Amino acid sequence: MKRALFSNIWLPVALLLPQLAIIAVFFYWPAGYAVQSSFYLQDPFGFGSSFVGLGNYQNLFRNSEYLKIANFTVWFTAIVTFFSLAIALVLAVKADRVIRGAKTYRTLLMWVYAVAPPVAGFIAVIMFNQSWGPLTEFFALFGYRFQVGVNFNDTAFAMILTSIWKQVPVNFIFFLSGLQSIPRSVREAALIDNRSASGRFWTVTFPLLAPTGFFLLIINITYALFDTFGIVDTVVKGEPGNNPMTLVYKVYVDGFRGNDLGGSSAQSVVLMALVLALTFVQFRLVERRIHYT
Amino acid sequence: MKFSQKPLKRIRISTVMDHLVLILGALFMLVPMLMVLQLASVPDVEIIQRGPSLHIGDQLDDNFIKAMFEASGFSGENTGLSMLMNSFILGIGFAIGKIVLGMMAAYAIVYFRLRFATLAFWAIFTTLLLPLEVRILPSYEIVQSLGMLNTYQGLIVPLIASATATFFFRQFFMSVPEELVEAARIDGAGPVKFFVDILVPLSRTMIAAMFIIMFVYGWNQYLWPTMITTDEDMYTLVRGIKQIIQVFEGTNLPEYGRGNLLAMIAVIPPVLIVVFFQSWFVKGLTESDK
Repeated sequence: MKRALFSNIWLPVALLLPQLAIIAVFFYWPAGYAVQSSFYLQDPFGFGSSFVGLGNYQNLFRNSEYLKIANFTVWFTAIVTFFSLAIALVLAVKADRVIRGAKTYRTLLMWVYAVAPPVAGFIAVIMFNQSWGPLTEFFALFGYRFQVGVNFNDTAFAMILTSIWKQVPVNFIFFLSGLQSIPRSVREAALIDNRSASGRFWTVTFPLLAPTGFFLLIINITYALFDTFGIVDTVVKGEPGNNPMTLVYKVYVDGFRGNDLGGSSAQSVVLMALVLALTFVQFRLVERRIHYT
Repeated sequence: MKFSQKPLKRIRISTVMDHLVLILGALFMLVPMLMVLQLASVPDVEIIQRGPSLHIGDQLDDNFIKAMFEASGFSGENTGLSMLMNSFILGIGFAIGKIVLGMMAAYAIVYFRLRFATLAFWAIFTTLLLPLEVRILPSYEIVQSLGMLNTYQGLIVPLIASATATFFFRQFFMSVPEELVEAARIDGAGPVKFFVDILVPLSRTMIAAMFIIMFVYGWNQYLWPTMITTDEDMYTLVRGIKQIIQVFEGTNLPEYGRGNLLAMIAVIPPVLIVVFFQSWFVKGLTESDK
């Protein structure tokens, strides 16, 4: 906090009021409403609702379809996070090292940041078109008939590939800026100590990038859980059917299409708890173990 | 001679490898979009017969005119132009709303002695924890009960209910030297004058960086517009994408060229902004990390 402060009373209140009002109406009210309705069973025809306690939650964890989706979401998140971090790290290390064309590479590797997830999904739909999609034809070379929207695993593959494509640029930007903030003196000292480039990477660069990496880990998990909605929705063409879907998509399908407010709210609350747990891990467990320079 | 040549050669091979990896990465990013461009340039019949190819056709302008100005096709009454306009309204409205509210709140938190400052601080920053997606259905019901479906307010305001910009400006204001406030006070400047004449001009780069990030974020919103806009003349480009795909599925001769062109238009404005204002954008993004 600042030492030199203004001492008006009404001005700061007036400055804070718009933000607080919007947050109250569009954040706390809906969040509270979700928690509340997760304890009620809504009549499907709109005639009131009855208190069921933890019933919605019990139904959720007994529902094999929900557990299957939760399981898929975990795998989906792990694979997307791992590959988009790994690919971005390799590219950032290379982009940090080259001298010629460095700026061009940077631009070419980060512009996809600005592509909306559903547009990325649109591109996937074209790439995997059943009759002439270039990636479908690529798999056909190996005698495999790739069927997005029909085969569960094929659809999951398309979603994962697209989600990685969309997320690499963000990680690349953060890794590159992390690499560039490593002081010259440290790099030169490492150069003297360790002749092999891979040795230098694992003993010096990688540990120094760890804070960026852990920050990105949380960002990527959040991305895979929530921001991939547009990709999932477009790749399944709005028809979930037997296709893979993530937990957020399930909240949308049950609540918005299935009109199951109680069940959908219980799912929202589960997701809220998940996000809070992630944030807790981020602040408490992870940050303590990392050295900052 | 031999001794000095050897390390030189090794360096060259590793540099070639570096470039090779980077070129592969750049192609991985670029090729899908080039394919969309190619598909937007050839007649629909050719797409159905051959799929994507290296042939650049001459239909770009025809498809552009169809996509921008002709209604019908993907969704009854809206044209690409009206979706483009809605996208700009959402992107710019969202960015300005976030920046204005965020700067005001951050100024109050950093520069004033407030009794309930800690409470306000936590009330605001808790919003960083929960994305809109986890409270999407109740948010929809509330916006519906306020009669804000299919309005720009209903589209923009609930998206603003998070503190990313506030947090960002708080960090920045804290890094502004305190001597500035003291000097301003000695010169007789009140809080409003200090804010308008000193703090806002000082924050210019930060505002620009925030604007780029928020504009792209707002422009690319999908789930919320999908729920809140059911009138086709309220559709944004990104929201319209699903319609395009669904029409592709249902027709014998889908208008692939037009659909791909609309996808291009949905991508070009945010990409141009990110590419042209790259340094501001990267600075804003990496410095706003929570």
